[in-house]
Amino acid sequence: MRDKAWRLGPEHFGRLISVLAEQGYEVLGPQVDGPAVRWGPLTGPDELPQGIGAETSPGHYRLKQRSGPERFAWGPSPDSLKRWLHVPEECFVHAAQDNGAFHILPGEQPGAPPGGAAPPKFAFIGMRPCDLAALVRLDAVFLKGPYVEEHYSARRREAFLVVVNCTASLDTCFCASMECGPGARTGYDVALTEHTAEEPAAYLAEAGSARGVALIEAITAPRAEPGFIAECREACKQAAAVQRRRVDWRTAPAVMLRSFEHPRWEQTARRCLACGNCTLTCPTCFCVNTIEHTAIDGSTGGRSRVWDSCFTQNFTYIHGGSVRTSVKSRYRQWLGHKLAWWQQQFGTAGCTGCGRCIAWCPAGIDISEEFAALAGTAQGGTGA
Amino acid sequence: MTTHQSTPVSPVPASSGPMTPLPARLISVEKETHDTYTLTLEPPSAPGGELASRFRPGQFSMLYDYGVGELPISISGDPERPEQLVYTIRSVGPVTTSLVTRAPGDAIGVRGPFGTPWPMTEARGKSVLIVAGGIGLAPLRPAIYHILRHRGDYNRLVILYGARSPRDILFKKELSAWGLLPDTQSLITVDYGGVSWRGHVGVVTTLFKSIRAQPAETYALLCGPEVMMRFALRELQIRGLPKNQIFLSMERNMKCAAGFCGHCQLGPFFVCKDGPVFSCAAIEPWMDLYEA
Ligand code: SF4
Ligand code: SF4
Repeated sequence: MRDKAWRLGPEHFGRLISVLAEQGYEVLGPQVDGPAVRWGPLTGPDELPQGIGAETSPGHYRLKQRSGPERFAWGPSPDSLKRWLHVPEECFVHAAQDNGAFHILPGEQPGAPPGGAAPPKFAFIGMRPCDLAALVRLDAVFLKGPYVEEHYSARRREAFLVVVNCTASLDTCFCASMECGPGARTGYDVALTEHTAEEPAAYLAEAGSARGVALIEAITAPRAEPGFIAECREACKQAAAVQRRRVDWRTAPAVMLRSFEHPRWEQTARRCLACGNCTLTCPTCFCVNTIEHTAIDGSTGGRSRVWDSCFTQNFTYIHGGSVRTSVKSRYRQWLGHKLAWWQQQFGTAGCTGCGRCIAWCPAGIDISEEFAALAGTAQGGTGA
Repeated sequence: MTTHQSTPVSPVPASSGPMTPLPARLISVEKETHDTYTLTLEPPSAPGGELASRFRPGQFSMLYDYGVGELPISISGDPERPEQLVYTIRSVGPVTTSLVTRAPGDAIGVRGPFGTPWPMTEARGKSVLIVAGGIGLAPLRPAIYHILRHRGDYNRLVILYGARSPRDILFKKELSAWGLLPDTQSLITVDYGGVSWRGHVGVVTTLFKSIRAQPAETYALLCGPEVMMRFALRELQIRGLPKNQIFLSMERNMKCAAGFCGHCQLGPFFVCKDGPVFSCAAIEPWMDLYEA
């Protein structure tokens, strides 16, 4: 469907949002929320950031005013779509006590919010290619068996995905080397690329699904000219070219095997606070804990899952103690899982190169630099 | 986002996905040792509940105690008696303690069975060596039951069991009864004997010299503390057992048993779905890595 390309002006962008809303979607988009860009309900294009960029480096994230008309120059936001599809907390068993026994109460339909009748139908407008790649990774965890996670599945099935290819990389981005960006490959309904040489910005639109084609046809956008397409593609290529960080992920399984006792783990563990920020901002970290809750009289109760992190001491607790007690072993689990073992489990790396864990690590630990040190390939991940 | 909803709003039927525990009635609680109990349950009466007792030796269930919590527990009963669900539980924490103090008639939530089984089919025509430590005998008992029911399918059966002390010996009567059967050895050792103990003292590998079976035609099934299994698999290889005939059962923290919670990971493996039973060929590289 890549042969079909359209040109969207500002009026089309507004219609894109309203048509999706008319089709019953809960439209969500990135917005400036205090000191960061975050996802929230979107009613019109004016709510999107405008002339906003972001500056990141290890342990650093600041929004920056830019002079151009760009709406999508802020890289990945600190929150990712996992917050909406693999929600931070969800009750999945409702039960009632019954004289020493218990029975399972009917709950909401799978994927529905507490008290809600049906799972939400989200349309995400303005997700980054790395966000999209992260969803494909979560799909592998929750949908590919042997079991299907029914709550994620119900929300994911409905979601309409409008990805915006990046034409501005942040300093912490390394999606090009992870093959997850800055241009989206597959899995979207509509892919947009921002053309910022004009004001207001125009968008190249490409459809990745039948419902994507239907949406663009419904907003009656004109076909894109070859010159316009070429300029948009070139801007996206530039965003890849400026990325200095890279991770040679295909070597990771072998690197992990030979560097399991590398002194680097110990050195990094002295800096790492085991705070779990990296796993929370990571768009693919899926681990959860379960918690029990009972009414004060014990009559009703249930179980919820909540986001967890392999950086916690209790994560590996079995009677007698935890398997991974040292911070060294927990950092090693995180990096090893993201880059190496995920490949053996699901066929891709677990990392998309979004760089969130680098920017949001209070100690400024940089996964690309750590991996390069373990692999012995460079001074650091940013080395030329 | 808030979570719990005590009064259901929409009258949707309760989910019966792999994450929903089905209530199963407790028939009996039998004391095995000072801290270990065997619970016998009726299969859940809810639709699909009969599947809970259709298991293969080595598999486990998730047992849920209402309001307290949920844990993976190996099935220790006879796979050919699907009318009952049998679990042997050592009470070491809040959930296990609560489970073993439940009274007959109470309900316990059951999910499963989950995980990979012992290689009972591959081991046909061969001798089987069982090496168990402590509560590790529980997931091996279904394998023993299976062999005894299909005795002609297997050659010799050797059971080596190590317990901490004489009062920790699990299934003591059965262990001595099995030892009296033809072509079967059943040997026990303890770490600390005390004055009245007349049997072996020492770790379970010290019993290996008494094994009467041909290594090349023997399948070994191991379950017990990780350090015990590490030394046992080394020792078995020295004695000539090939890696692909040695199997062991791993234990890890598990919150879901379906591959969703991530807690049970060991390198590239999810112990819940790639295990708990692994061949030595697959798991050995990970056994020697500290804090993997
Ligand atoms: S890195 Fe840690 S928290 Fe993230 S998915 Fe892997 S085990 Fe879970
Ligand atoms: S690497 Fe950084 S963000 Fe992750 S746990 Fe350690 S200090 Fe926290």
